Amino acid sequence: MKHFSLTLFALLVAVCSLAQTKVIKYPVLDALMKKQEGPVQVINFWATWCGPCVKELPMFEQVNASNPAVKVTLINLDFSDKLDKVDAFIVRKNMKSDVLLLDEIDYNSWIDKVDKSWEGAIPATLIYNPATGKRVFTQHELKEGELEKLIASVQ
Amino acid sequence: MKYLKSLVAAAFVAVLFVAAKPAGYGVGDTAADFKLKNVDGKMVSLADFKSAKGVIVIFDCNTCPYSKAYNERIIGLAKKYQSTFPVVAINSNSPEVSPGDSFEEMQKYAKSKGYTFPYLFDETQEVAKNYGATNTPHVYVLKKEGNTFKVAYIGAIDNNTKDAAAADKKYVEEAVDALIAGKSVPTDKTKAIGCTIKWKEA
Repeated sequence: MKHFSLTLFALLVAVCSLAQTKVIKYPVLDALMKKQEGPVQVINFWATWCGPCVKELPMFEQVNASNPAVKVTLINLDFSDKLDKVDAFIVRKNMKSDVLLLDEIDYNSWIDKVDKSWEGAIPATLIYNPATGKRVFTQHELKEGELEKLIASVQ
Repeated sequence: MKYLKSLVAAAFVAVLFVAAKPAGYGVGDTAADFKLKNVDGKMVSLADFKSAKGVIVIFDCNTCPYSKAYNERIIGLAKKYQSTFPVVAINSNSPEVSPGDSFEEMQKYAKSKGYTFPYLFDETQEVAKNYGATNTPHVYVLKKEGNTFKVAYIGAIDNNTKDAAAADKKYVEEAVDALIAGKSVPTDKTKAIGCTIKWKEA
């Protein structure tokens, strides 16, 4: 019984720690896109209400879990007053990647800084390799196997 | 095999390149006219707006949360500029991909929101492709010059999706007011987060 409650406690802690979506401002994202060293950065822009975004999330989760040379960050674009909804979504989908809610509503001030070609539609994904300086950007729902190819293209 | 691999890679890069550089209008371009079915069953073209100084074309839909957030503001623009720059809303979403955006659903939505302006169905998605519209809502302010319509502004309605009262840059209103006053548009291109237009499966 004691063992059981310990397990339950550990599970609760795990669930709570998973559900902490950090709310960030643009400079945090900017620093992520300009890292000088470390793993390949895969930065995906998504929202809980965006069907195509939700559909492709498992691909990012899979890469994050299986490829130690890659760091996945999911930039959430739900409104900041919907933080509870985002947290609940993460728990429900058992997501392990870092989720950061970007609370910058004046979109025009930062969209071009992510990529000049981005019109603002989501899902969108930026892949950046600090080691080679190569970056690719896409603004459509990724097809099966496409993410791996994009990661390979910045090696 | 190596040759095949590089061929596949080249094709992949080509696809990416095409995807990243959609065709479409820039500010100053002449917009081609269209003829699309309105929710009342009648066909609507730019040429129908004979006495207007221009048209506010808004690519929109029923289902996108950003479109919903801007709905009241779109209705407001339509009222404010009824006689000078009428609003023409166009839904280009494929109902096969987004069932909530079918013509019947558009009719229901326009009725429930009391639309006083055309809400057109771009069934072939050709108008959205011609314009280079990518998300909803995506605004193109067209200025009438003789019998042609020139693109004067492309982008967002204002700079606060969440809260109309907190928006301190009303891009579309500023553009239209400038055009009515015969001045140049202060900001002629902006970007905003939005739902992607739901393209038909190729």
